[in-house]
Amino acid sequence: MPSTPRAANWCDGSRAAFMQGRTINELAQTPEIEIHLMNAQLQPTGSAYFIAKETEKPENHTLSVLVDNEPGVLARVIGLFSGRGYNIESLTVSETEHEKHLSRITIVTRGTPHVLEQIKHQLERIVPVHRVVDLTVMAQELGTGGALARELALVKVAGTGEARVEALRLAEAFRAKVIDANTEHFIFELTGKVSKIEQFIAIMKPLGLVEICRTGVAAMNRGPQGM
Amino acid sequence: MTGAEMVVQALKDNGVKHLFGYPGGAVLPIYDELFQQDDVQHILVRHEQGAGHAAEGYARSTGKAGVMLVTSGPGATNAVTPLQDALMDSIPLVCITGQVPTSLIGSDAFQECDTVGITRPCTKHNWLVKDVNDLARILHEAFHVATTGRPGPVVVDIPKDVQFAKGIYSPPQTAPRTSYQPKVQGDLDKVKEAVALMAEAKRPIIYSGGGVVNSGPEASHLLRELVDLTGFPITSTLMGLGAYPASGKNWLGMLGMHGSYEANMAMHDCDVMICIGARFDDRITGRLNAFSPNSKKIHIDIDPSSINKNVTADVPILGDVGRVLEDMVRLWRATAKADKKVLYPWWEQIAKWRARDSYAYKANSEVIMPQYAIQRLYENTKHLDTYITTEVGQHQMWAAQHYGFEKPNRWMTSGGLGTMGYGLPAALGVQIAHPDALVIDIAGDASVQMCIQEMSTAIQFDAPIKVFILNNSYMGMVRQWQQLLHGNRLSHSYTEAMPDFVKLAEAYGGHGIRCDKPDELDDAIKEMIAVKKPVIFDCRVATLANCFPMIPSGKAHNEMLLPDEATDEAVANAIDAKGRELV
Repeated sequence: MPSTPRAANWCDGSRAAFMQGRTINELAQTPEIEIHLMNAQLQPTGSAYFIAKETEKPENHTLSVLVDNEPGVLARVIGLFSGRGYNIESLTVSETEHEKHLSRITIVTRGTPHVLEQIKHQLERIVPVHRVVDLTVMAQELGTGGALARELALVKVAGTGEARVEALRLAEAFRAKVIDANTEHFIFELTGKVSKIEQFIAIMKPLGLVEICRTGVAAMNRGPQGM
Repeated sequence: MTGAEMVVQALKDNGVKHLFGYPGGAVLPIYDELFQQDDVQHILVRHEQGAGHAAEGYARSTGKAGVMLVTSGPGATNAVTPLQDALMDSIPLVCITGQVPTSLIGSDAFQECDTVGITRPCTKHNWLVKDVNDLARILHEAFHVATTGRPGPVVVDIPKDVQFAKGIYSPPQTAPRTSYQPKVQGDLDKVKEAVALMAEAKRPIIYSGGGVVNSGPEASHLLRELVDLTGFPITSTLMGLGAYPASGKNWLGMLGMHGSYEANMAMHDCDVMICIGARFDDRITGRLNAFSPNSKKIHIDIDPSSINKNVTADVPILGDVGRVLEDMVRLWRATAKADKKVLYPWWEQIAKWRARDSYAYKANSEVIMPQYAIQRLYENTKHLDTYITTEVGQHQMWAAQHYGFEKPNRWMTSGGLGTMGYGLPAALGVQIAHPDALVIDIAGDASVQMCIQEMSTAIQFDAPIKVFILNNSYMGMVRQWQQLLHGNRLSHSYTEAMPDFVKLAEAYGGHGIRCDKPDELDDAIKEMIAVKKPVIFDCRVATLANCFPMIPSGKAHNEMLLPDEATDEAVANAIDAKGRELV
């Protein structure tokens, strides 16, 4: 069997001097920091041979995306997120203007400021996308703190005796509505901030929580202006 | 009108003269219509990937959309590579695919695949046509989306029953979609800001890219005008070669991983960088956090997502390169009266870098050096109406370094995706668009075998393409990286069984030439040009030559590896008579 030929060592005189006596292999094997990135980031070296640490801090932002309601449009949006390594924390979509066939997609995403800007521009590039508004940035510009964000949850709790009474009492405190019940269970309907829903669910856990369904975040900004 | 008739009518109405395709069950009605007309010529390829690259070559060399027609299932999946290639290099490509009848979609029917699902991430946009009455509108929209804004590939997936169904045909209309409105006119205030910055520059550089070529011949003309007016040095990406002539006095050569020393050093040390229609690709920037650390960056691009993606722009200008350059040239004439003498020290520095002669190689009288082969090819073809395509690898870089491009649209190469097998079918596409031109695919022995079957197409359609193979029996660039970064372990980068390319050419009905002597090369090249049929030229070159200069992956522009020839003596003799001329 013919053996695999080996090329002559290319590294010689002038080049070695240029590299201060180190071979390329040595250079390659001394990457500054070896950290694998979970998500798309600005990679400072642009090379798999020298991976460097991301220094920007990730933030949560809420985006509103106005799109033509046509087949595949949601796949385009979420495919962009998965394909480019962006995160989706929450996603809500519904047709909002029936005559114009426009849907509004609300996405809560997490990324560094640089990545968030990229996400916005990448979304704008999708042909059926009309507008992309970063509600978090807009709220900062308007000086209103954050965007208004609300979620609806249906929470099923089963139990008897003391736990059942306690569940109902807490539901009242949280202003959750009972929308279905028999002697062994309740289904609560709860609307509010994400943190409120998270808290309610946590409280219901020891009281016989069976299942949860959440809509994801619907969001818009305060004030008279549109998105 | 039936759906199939609409397809052909829409092609005519969008000015299509040629399309590249391969028939199959799900597109038979369209092929039936093609058979009954003469306005649109169909080029039958041998593999759908070939159809895609041929359409890309056609598009790149004409500035018009390239069109391909393939069947469902495997036809569509074979089109994926050229689609992604066109996406990354911004090539307008309209791909029409057949689909199983609507009633069978989702049933795992014969030759069914989720074409729109598979091609969604590798197209600018795609459509599945479910109603024949939408077909005409969608086809026109497809051409509009593919050719406007940042150009790119689109797919229109047409089920077979829609091709048979009858409906109403509507003629093309402009900008039918409200959500798709690419911004072409740059913000004038930003252009003013850029011009003011340029007027103050002491060490400026223009870094142009494929966007200038895509914007049309007027953009290249304006770029040349801007360079003349300002006296700035100019470099270009691989995709942008030809927008500014290689013979121009301000030309620094290509930049990037295998770009010239002077271009990369000037990028690193400049104080104002004007990026025109390029996207700061990792092969250009090298190590990002050491990229041109002391410069203000002006970035002109039609795609908002390209701006600030890899490198932060100080003056971002969103718009079509041609329109922005027009404003820029006008404003420069009107306002900036910069003294070109200010740039003398900068040009002097550039002349020192240039004196390193970073493309140098050791001449050899026994063996053909690959660089020498490209140089001879250039010298023997530069006076002709020549178009060059390439595959991907060392030969591609040598071609970019040593072949001088004077005009835009003359250089077709797979830049972003780096698709081996691109060059031969692309040459075919170019030759179909320019039947009387000399079209040469500068190829490598490994790449060329990836779409070699299109030789058969070239024979069938009398397309006398010349396939100039720099044959070193290796996947040269793979080997180079293995030598540099993987301990010289040459894992599977050597081709132990190489076909006889001369016999292969003859088997297809073409002409084969072999040359392994430097002194016989010119005659062999002349023979290649003279033969009026497809030629495979097996140019046996030095097997172990590597491509320098090179910025190793993850290194900065000023950490280039240079060829042995760029010695310190060369630097000592930096400013010679030639250098002074430039200053």
